[in-house]
Amino acid sequence: MNFFTTFFTAMDALNSNKLRSGLTLLGIIIGVSAVITLMAIGRGAQESITSRIESLGTNLLFIRAGATNQFGFAGAQGSAANLTLEDSQALIDPILAPSVGSVAPETQLRGQLVYQRENTNTRLIGITPEYLLVRSFEVEEGQSITPTHISMAAQVIILGPDVVEDLFGLREPIGQTIRVNGRDFEVIGVMKSKGSGGFGNQDDQAYVPISTAYYRLGTQRTPQGEISVQTVNVQVRDDDATDAAVDEINSILRLRHRITDEDDFTITNQQETIEALEETTNTFVVFLGAIASISLLVGGIGIMNIMLVSVTERTREIGIRKAMGAKRRDILSQFLVEAVLLSLTGGFLGVALGLGLTQVLDGVKFGSTTFNTSFSTNIAVLSMAVSGGIGLFFGIYPAMQAAKLHPIEALRHE
Amino acid sequence: MIDIHDVSKIYQMGNVKVAALQNVNLTVLQGEMLAIMGPSGSGKSTMMNIIGCLDVATSGRYVLEGEDVGQMNDNQLAEIRHSKIGFVFQTYNLLPRATALSNVEMPLMYGDGHNRRTRAMEALYKVGLHNRALHRPAELSGGEQQRVGIARALVKNPSILLADEPTGNLDSKSSDEILTVLQRLNRDEGLTVLLVTHEANIAEHADRIVSFHDGQVVNDVPVTSPLIAGATVSAKRVDS
Repeated sequence: MNFFTTFFTAMDALNSNKLRSGLTLLGIIIGVSAVITLMAIGRGAQESITSRIESLGTNLLFIRAGATNQFGFAGAQGSAANLTLEDSQALIDPILAPSVGSVAPETQLRGQLVYQRENTNTRLIGITPEYLLVRSFEVEEGQSITPTHISMAAQVIILGPDVVEDLFGLREPIGQTIRVNGRDFEVIGVMKSKGSGGFGNQDDQAYVPISTAYYRLGTQRTPQGEISVQTVNVQVRDDDATDAAVDEINSILRLRHRITDEDDFTITNQQETIEALEETTNTFVVFLGAIASISLLVGGIGIMNIMLVSVTERTREIGIRKAMGAKRRDILSQFLVEAVLLSLTGGFLGVALGLGLTQVLDGVKFGSTTFNTSFSTNIAVLSMAVSGGIGLFFGIYPAMQAAKLHPIEALRHE
Repeated sequence: MIDIHDVSKIYQMGNVKVAALQNVNLTVLQGEMLAIMGPSGSGKSTMMNIIGCLDVATSGRYVLEGEDVGQMNDNQLAEIRHSKIGFVFQTYNLLPRATALSNVEMPLMYGDGHNRRTRAMEALYKVGLHNRALHRPAELSGGEQQRVGIARALVKNPSILLADEPTGNLDSKSSDEILTVLQRLNRDEGLTVLLVTHEANIAEHADRIVSFHDGQVVNDVPVTSPLIAGATVSAKRVDS
């Protein structure tokens, strides 16, 4: 018996009982669309977390100063003033560190900002011109920090959008003078908003030249009198050079710090952070998928149920077909194709419904959370395949029952 | 053509063994029209099932066109049923959802399946139902349904036509039509026909009558002058 004949015979049988076939389909449709929609919600959440980390910049390494250690009491990471501006400059070395792209040292302190009668306390970051590029910040209005500002230790400041709102409200901030820790600073620019969330509010901070932070606002010095920085942001030249870059930075810094045993600095890889978070969120996505799969399983049991009923109802037909020369495998394939046809059609419609739901739910606010959905073709193909597999798995038993019926008994069946 | 030698069929009913057939010997020649008679429980249906390869004998030998059927597995039996045997049932056993044409086409699904539609139409033509090909069984009379059943048996060009009480559910006029078809197939096309019946006047249409009783052949006689189906009807027509 050829495939098309089997296919059309199965179509015919399913067509003759539309309501029943439709209800069975519904079970699979609900299962598949639940898998797709829930997975899409999970993926969406995962992607928004990843994109927040990536908003810090891409291909980043963070070098932090080590902890102080006085008489055995370890201080916080970064508390030791042993990472210097010179260190960061030493990393820009096309021979010793070919994998290092841009280097942006930063130093942080708190500052009290006053403009007329408004004042706010915020985080001040001492930066170099490369900082904006490396950490993917953009100046929305005004200008950025220039090398001249650095060399002159100019008293200029770029404000984050939240700081602007606190101090100026709707007034124009560019060109105004504000007081920072008792000194006059000229506002030269306003940063573009990055949105808050996850890793501290990146809109509620202000930026000054790193030399200004050191000379005018008084951050730490090293015991040798060099300018200390807390973090050096390093952008790796390209994706797969991360490990090489870590090695290069390590050897340069160990050489400069004359270290033979333990490092007095730490290098954090942004990619590792993303991967660790993705691992966590994957668990969450798999969990959602598992819940949805239960309904797919129930749909499969529905198919098996209906196929068993169908075999009982059509016992006589099976007898006639066998008397006319149908072999076991002919009967087996007929019922199996029916089951798989049901489950695949259900799978297909389920994918369509899931796709629709994914589109509809994207960006919908539910209470305080906003759904971000991400439809994945892999998941769609996978759930189609799984539903086909379910048809086979749950269809095989009824089909075998049908195939092994004895022709005489089947013919006698009323 | 059919050579049955010392065939027995024993059913196990709980603890009791029931012999439906006991040491039966039967030979059917090519082109014969044979009637099998006997009261219910005489073993004639069991005989029919064994000849039709729906069942196998417990002991004995059954050779069909030189092939020993007794040694065959399920698949080989299905193959024989498909290639050599055409069944006609008392209750027609048509698929209610399908048209007459689809019903006739159905057995061809299990073979090479070339020109199914044409071959099915030809079979319907042979039983004179070609103009009702697209009717469903429910739209046909009993006699017409049985003729569809015969067409379905014929479509594979079988060696033997097995008709189990083909007229059992029909009135005498329809019965006569069916017998006309069967006789014509036997006489004009040389098809071997086995007819199971318990009515003597039906059996009289055959060339030979074999009677069963309690699982044994009790009588095997040739019919000297078989009745010709359709003759009485046309004779009456001449009378009036």
